[in-house]
Amino acid sequence: MSEFRFWFANQRGALLALVLFLLMFGIYIANHPAIQNSGFTVEAVGNVVQTAANKGVLLALVAMAQTFVVLTAGIDLSVGMVFILANCVASVVVIGPLPMAILGVVGVLLVGAVCGAINGLVVIFGRLQPIVVTLATGAVYFGIALWLRPSPASAPDFNSDLADFFTGKLFDLIPTSLVMLLVIVLVVWIPVRRSEIGRTIYAVGSSESAAYMSGMPIRRAKFLAYMLAGLLAALGGVFLTFFTYSGEASSANGSTYTLYSIAAVVLGGVSLFGGRGSAIGAIFGALAFRAIGDLLFVFNLDPLWQPLFQGVVLLIAVCIGAARLFQVRNRLELFG
Amino acid sequence: MAETTAPVPSGRSKSWRDGVNVPVLTAFGCIIVLLVLGSLYSPNFLSPEYLLQQLKVGAFLGIIATGMMLVILLGQIDLSVPWTVTVGAMMGCAAVSYGPAGQALAIPFGIFCGLVIGAVNGFGVAYLRIPSMIVTLAVNAVAQGLMVAYTGGFAPQDAASPAMKLIAAQSTLGVPNAVLVWIVVGALAVFLLTRTTFGRAVYGIGNKEAAAYLSGVSTQRVVLVAFALCGALSAFGGVLLAGYAGKAAQSMGDAYLLPAIAAVVLGGTSILGGRGSYLGTVAGAVLITLLQSILSVMQIAEFGRQIIYGVIILAMLLLYGREKVIR
Amino acid sequence: MAGTEPLFRMEGITKRYGGVLALDRAELTVEAGRVHAILGENGAGKSTLIKVMSGVVRPDEGRLLLEGREVNFPDPAAANAAGIVCIFQELSLIPELTVADNIIASRPPKWLGMIDRKAQRRLAEEALERAGGAEIHPSALVKDLPLSRRQIVEIAKALARQPRVLILDEATSALTSSDVARVFEVLRRLRAEGVALLYISHRMHEIAELADTCTVFRNGRNVATYEAGTKTDEQVVELMIGREYHNVFPRKPPAPDASVKPLLEVKDLAWAPRLNGVSLSVRPGEVVGLGGLDGQGQRELLLALFGVLRGTTGEVVVDGRPVWLNSPRQARAGEIGMALIPEDRKTEGLMLPMSVRDNLSFAAMPLFSRGGIIDRGAERRAVEKMVKLLAIKSDGVAVPAGSLSGGNQQKIVIAKWLMRRPRIILLNDPTRGIDVGTKQEIYQLLRRLADEGAAIILYSTDYDELIGCCDRVLVMYDGAVRRTLEGAEITERALVASALSIDNAKLGAAPAPAGA
Repeated sequence: MSEFRFWFANQRGALLALVLFLLMFGIYIANHPAIQNSGFTVEAVGNVVQTAANKGVLLALVAMAQTFVVLTAGIDLSVGMVFILANCVASVVVIGPLPMAILGVVGVLLVGAVCGAINGLVVIFGRLQPIVVTLATGAVYFGIALWLRPSPASAPDFNSDLADFFTGKLFDLIPTSLVMLLVIVLVVWIPVRRSEIGRTIYAVGSSESAAYMSGMPIRRAKFLAYMLAGLLAALGGVFLTFFTYSGEASSANGSTYTLYSIAAVVLGGVSLFGGRGSAIGAIFGALAFRAIGDLLFVFNLDPLWQPLFQGVVLLIAVCIGAARLFQVRNRLELFG
Repeated sequence: MAETTAPVPSGRSKSWRDGVNVPVLTAFGCIIVLLVLGSLYSPNFLSPEYLLQQLKVGAFLGIIATGMMLVILLGQIDLSVPWTVTVGAMMGCAAVSYGPAGQALAIPFGIFCGLVIGAVNGFGVAYLRIPSMIVTLAVNAVAQGLMVAYTGGFAPQDAASPAMKLIAAQSTLGVPNAVLVWIVVGALAVFLLTRTTFGRAVYGIGNKEAAAYLSGVSTQRVVLVAFALCGALSAFGGVLLAGYAGKAAQSMGDAYLLPAIAAVVLGGTSILGGRGSYLGTVAGAVLITLLQSILSVMQIAEFGRQIIYGVIILAMLLLYGREKVIR
Repeated sequence: MAGTEPLFRMEGITKRYGGVLALDRAELTVEAGRVHAILGENGAGKSTLIKVMSGVVRPDEGRLLLEGREVNFPDPAAANAAGIVCIFQELSLIPELTVADNIIASRPPKWLGMIDRKAQRRLAEEALERAGGAEIHPSALVKDLPLSRRQIVEIAKALARQPRVLILDEATSALTSSDVARVFEVLRRLRAEGVALLYISHRMHEIAELADTCTVFRNGRNVATYEAGTKTDEQVVELMIGREYHNVFPRKPPAPDASVKPLLEVKDLAWAPRLNGVSLSVRPGEVVGLGGLDGQGQRELLLALFGVLRGTTGEVVVDGRPVWLNSPRQARAGEIGMALIPEDRKTEGLMLPMSVRDNLSFAAMPLFSRGGIIDRGAERRAVEKMVKLLAIKSDGVAVPAGSLSGGNQQKIVIAKWLMRRPRIILLNDPTRGIDVGTKQEIYQLLRRLADEGAAIILYSTDYDELIGCCDRVLVMYDGAVRRTLEGAEITERALVASALSIDNAKLGAAPAPAGA
């Protein structure tokens, strides 16, 4: 029993995000015009879920990327730009027959990992604050994206079969993108979470000096966190390419994804002060955030109101997180 | 509890990290290097007209960065700058259509709207204790939503008032009015930071909020006011930009978030708060303006500008922005 | 037990921080199976010595010899690997990780590259058991544990590393006396197992109880090494401060006239569950001590008086008028004139990176500003006066407060409040971790302030201080004042007795119950 209590205390943020997501998505799906027209048929629901999953997975991947860095008490303002860069690179290299296209995907992921690694190296050895480092590197990564794709375009021999596979449904039932997300959680998040370096990522975020005193591999942990952030952001970029078949160096898109990734991470119960939270929470945070954004669409409101709606929901969500403050009885605790 | 703290922070160098410190000097040094490099390319770079023009363009950034500096000194950040700038510009212009009173109040009204946005930020940070990165992000989204809905639904007028044009685009005795405005804002900022209890409290909170609170400072009020001032200054920047361009436009503030943070940090203000001088922010704003100008004068393509811009900021930070080793 | 070759030796260790010489050709020899106590004032170089030993800092000169072979520790992990493990006074625990994760922080048991949680948990439980903390749940987060439990976890963590040399740097400072007894048991067992123990503490009686050998440090050098018990406390203190040791405490004045009205009265102050109806009164000129075991509500009482706690009930009366204080700002205001010297000077008292001047004038800003604008001349004069009054040693007032020694930092905390000429002064363990010389100055100052009419409440974990400084001592237990000791009643025995055994204390009158 007490074992469960500790587990629950640890996962509370993620569970809250899950509940929020289920609630929002429930409302969304119940009011979706496609479903209201045809009723709750497997096909109709499947299509709606597929569309939602494809959009949601993009943000989920970028939010996962952000999670790694935020856990170390850092912040990566370049995730959106790495995402865009990967999108542009993928639109250039994911071409030709299947083996070549897959090689291209690997190349894109490598580019992302290198971007993340550069962030990590500058933060670790340059001893600079992550926020300013990633602001600057983000500009560089965006510049490269712009160089590759001065205007939105796609390669003539872009491998759309591969793209269709990843944006389609497995066995005509489950969206492949969701399965991929699950695979990523299983092969990236879980092993990292349970490894010594993963634990050090949490430790660094919680108290770097204590982690150092304890002889934990701080530098390796930080490096891995930034590199994985780059890698996952790039994976998100690859998926974006799969959906759009093209690459677009849009700085507005990049900033939006960076900002939304932070929002998703917070909704997912990851502490911006580091050391607490999980990528799984962040994924649900991202999906919930997406569902909220789409609610407006199903209620047939003027799209003009969408940004305001999304903003207000975000504001309310973060304010709810502040409710615990009213229980603080020793004001010194407010200053943490 | 023993003597651990005694020797450590004193560490290296009392002499050169205090007072007018290395970062500020380096920033000014970089400005000179940029000018020299530019003049090798074209002698125009050292002409008074060009320099005044740069100061004029830099004034907008400088005023926005002044607000950003206030919150960074607190150890916070304001990511709502882009749409606060836009709100200032659009609301200032919108006021113009309300007759002579609207014309007269255009500038104060624009600033006031920014003040309100900043106060919401400050309330969230100070009283709800939401991390500033988050609350300002959300407020930015709300401001954007409001502006999108407003312009889409009402199609307001977007031309700047004559007064806005006067202070932003015209000159007095050859000196651009925008520069004069910046000088006034800067002088007030220096006074506020160095000579008032408010300024002292800002530095104190940035260093250790608990200690400031236990010393009897109303830390929450100070934070609220600082954010409100930041919002007002961002909006004022927006009003000036609208005056300069003659009209307000959506997303006109997007280009100012990163440069504002960069200007403050390149000027030697610690992103963790509590340390920094206004002179540094001035240097940072001029530096970034010059950098942007030189890159565009050299007709480097947009992508090249982005890359060089990022690399140079990073290089300068590595030059002197490094934290001391704590151990 | 000592073999021919000592287990660990340090030779000619020199370490500079900027211009400050923290260690000056220091020597130390550590033998297996013995408890070696290190004594010295703050700034004597003890902490630096330990940091060198445990790989946290690297010496500028000198050699480290492990069983006669020269070794080199680039980081704490390397020292740990060599069997040198330190329990730091600033806790090295990671708040967001579980107890088990913390205990096995480095080199956990692995399975397929991942941490084997079951094996890790077993190891953690073993270590906790050995450290006397079997009741601590290995899955609990460290941040949810009280300070004394964390300290036990810290000790368990050290034990899990199989140390050959175990360094305890003020490791008992957060522990209650029953915990200390448990820890001492553990340490004695380790000594019997042949572990070398290096013990640093400011508590003389702990050293007397435990140590086999003592080494005194002064100004970065080892000045004397002797067998425990061969020197008197007086002699030891003289070695530590390098001058003759006079009575540290100022003489107490006769008790003030009972007709004098109290300046501060507290009636039934409560803040559940930590304060359960505290009543007390302090007259001007009095120094009233708060005694009792650590964590019986003394800190909360001071914070509540100073307006920091929300939701307190009861009455606070200043000068006969009931007041309702909701923030330090109200508490410090002129008509109340309260000051709090907080517990932790580094996080609550000072802004370490800011200059000495800015720190000194921070709380007194309104006194030399008008309409929010600072009169810098007045500020400078006030600051200079305080620096002189408290003899604060620094390279001018423009250097960061963090560059000063602990004692001088504490003087700044006190001085910044004295600038306001407070009438009611609350002190929360003001001499913790401070050298003898500065302590003495602070005692004199407190008495002088009281003589000038201030009402002082002093919480201290050091019984000697309560005995030497206070006119009255209120012994607290479970959030309430259980006994008041006055004048000659204030003895160590009475303090301990009334702190521990409440029934005895309630019996009251009898002079100092024996055998507590």
